[in-house]
Amino acid sequence: MTTNTLKTSPMTMIQALRSAMDVMLARDPNVVVYGQDVGYFGGVFRCTEGLQAKYGNQRVFDAPISEGGIVGTAVGMGAYGLRPVVEIQFADYVYPATDQIVSEAARLRYRSAGDFTCPMTIRMPCGGGIYGGQTHSQSPEAIFTQVCGLRTVLPSNPYDAKGLLIAAIENDDPVIFLEPKRLYNGPFDGHHDQPVVPWSKHPQGEVPEGYYTVPLERARITRPGAAVTVIAYGTMVHVAEAAARESGVDAEIIDLRSLWPLDLDTLVTSVKKTGRCVIVHEATRTNGLGAELLSLMQEHCFYHLEAPIERVTGWDTPYPHAQEWAYFPGPARVAAALKRVTEA
Amino acid sequence: MPQRKPLHLHVPEPTGRPGHDTNFSYLPLSAAGAKRRPPVDVPAAQTNDLAFALIRVLDDQGQAVGPWAPQIDSKLLKRGLRAMMLTRAFDARMLIAQRQKKMSFYMQCLGEEAIACAHALAIGDGDMCFPTYRQQGLLLTREDNNMVDMICQLYSNARDPMKGRQLPVMYSSKKQGFFSISGNLATQVIQAVGWAMASAIQGDDKVASAWIGDGATAEADFHTGLTFAHVYRAPVIINVVNNQWAISTFQAIAGGEGTTFAARGAGCGIASLRVDGNDFLAAYAASKWALERARSSFGPTLIEWVTYRAGPHSTSDDPSKYRPANDAARFPLGDPIARLKQHLIALGIWSEEEHQKVQKEVEAEVAAAQKEAEKYGTLADSHAQNIGEMFEDVYKDMPAHLQRQRAELGA
Repeated sequence: MTTNTLKTSPMTMIQALRSAMDVMLARDPNVVVYGQDVGYFGGVFRCTEGLQAKYGNQRVFDAPISEGGIVGTAVGMGAYGLRPVVEIQFADYVYPATDQIVSEAARLRYRSAGDFTCPMTIRMPCGGGIYGGQTHSQSPEAIFTQVCGLRTVLPSNPYDAKGLLIAAIENDDPVIFLEPKRLYNGPFDGHHDQPVVPWSKHPQGEVPEGYYTVPLERARITRPGAAVTVIAYGTMVHVAEAAARESGVDAEIIDLRSLWPLDLDTLVTSVKKTGRCVIVHEATRTNGLGAELLSLMQEHCFYHLEAPIERVTGWDTPYPHAQEWAYFPGPARVAAALKRVTEA
Repeated sequence: MPQRKPLHLHVPEPTGRPGHDTNFSYLPLSAAGAKRRPPVDVPAAQTNDLAFALIRVLDDQGQAVGPWAPQIDSKLLKRGLRAMMLTRAFDARMLIAQRQKKMSFYMQCLGEEAIACAHALAIGDGDMCFPTYRQQGLLLTREDNNMVDMICQLYSNARDPMKGRQLPVMYSSKKQGFFSISGNLATQVIQAVGWAMASAIQGDDKVASAWIGDGATAEADFHTGLTFAHVYRAPVIINVVNNQWAISTFQAIAGGEGTTFAARGAGCGIASLRVDGNDFLAAYAASKWALERARSSFGPTLIEWVTYRAGPHSTSDDPSKYRPANDAARFPLGDPIARLKQHLIALGIWSEEEHQKVQKEVEAEVAAAQKEAEKYGTLADSHAQNIGEMFEDVYKDMPAHLQRQRAELGA
């Protein structure tokens, strides 16, 4: 991460992701980018805009509406020696591809004892907050973090998005790259009734124009604190920051960034220091990633804990449309948990 | 208006079941030599008739007839016959080894040898097959075949190239153009298309060859594979081995009734051939045609190979429970080894004596390979793998949590 010498410019998360693909298409002739609407048009969220014009339709192209086909062809391309970067238009649509992801991409190296591998990055927008209802709002990360052989990554800001996406593309394992779509254009903190803050007003919106990586399996402490550790990722990092600010609780907020394999040491060090922990994610609670994080903290930090660990999550219902803000674990719910855990 | 009968669910049934013979008239056949051979650049739609016909070269007298009769020298013919005999001998010996509990499970390709063996002789260096579990002939036909490694894989022993992680027969051999077998059905078809797309993206000249059985064509990945192959004109061959049975399920349950599996390709705009899979010469000729078409940027070909699974699905299966015992003997396309043998004898380049001599040779080769493989153990004698290897190759570099778990196991 030698970024000091690199020229930077303000970028939204969309621009940062596009820049990562641009950098890697230029650096590595084995990188190809494809998915539904990603070619001429540049993707429904415009993450690949201009890339086909720049690199041609042999490197950047449209795919049929078939998530299983998109990932299945990527397995074959990876086995040939390419590094496909594919887009699933919404994480909610990834399920037809799960056999190719779980049974094929994740296990090819293992089952062939390294004879074949299929490096690939599977990008997909996730999370709610855009009135997307139950088919455009899901956070399915726990489906992937449970699968051996996959890496699952979820950035919370443009700087990390670009550095992590480059690291994912260069990684030799298949990577699920989840993009919280509510953060594409600004650091949304859950206050849906307040004006949107642009990334240009956020320090992590200043992004190097060229090549750099943010290493996988490394969390980031976004706010040091002493009273309680908050483990969060994606949109919930900004929600947690708002909750700490508004509640006055001196929370140490950790942005997980790599969901699995993860940076256990950073989590354990922090929780041992604060003795308290709140885990926040937008996904449903039961069997969510929070359950695993909670188990790990119990296994590694039990004798340092001063209070029960709490989870603040989406409810165990499909993501509703009109009731979105009652579903979304916003700053008020997180702040209440911070109060409970620090006062326990 | 005539009075309608109440609706009734149509559940296809085979014509034969244990105790009564199959009526093989359900299989549309064509006479040997009767079907035209279009040029390899033919528009896909102009092959539609061939998707409903049956391309055959060897007639009942063992003569090679018609436009598909390949230019193939006697040396290659003998090599093909020997490869089929080796494959059958390998299967026979491995079946016994499975009964001796030296492996947990085995799958033979009895009766289907011509397809993979002829294809292996047609395919080029650097091409990649994406096989199912019944294409061991692709490996055994190669001049660099390694029966010892194959048997070590079957035994999951200390020299198993798959390190004991895979069921027997789930081979992988990149250097021999043989993609790792999944065990999940149909997944490899779309992967083969992706591999072929990569070859095209890179301006390469390599062709992918996907394999699937009649039963698994019902999976979405098969249809998705056809769509992607057509859309990107991928240099790929999609081989559908229609051996009539998916475990106990007759091919009509996979959608073969009143149509053909080759017709799936025609419907997707892919050149499609339906070929006598027990006819070594037709198998070689059709493979060559499709390879040349793919390599020349004319796009994919679907080949339905009509054959018969003469043995059980696997060592865990008992076909006497669901099909007539005499089915394989009555199958109208005969036995592939007997048919090629008859042809070579008719050509005057083979004899019963030579056949017996080669039979003994291939049996001895298999026995020698088996003996060598058993030096590294079998599943029965607990030549356990290094258990620590269980944690390797999950990721390229072992993450911390797997290092902790390996330590926890004490491995």
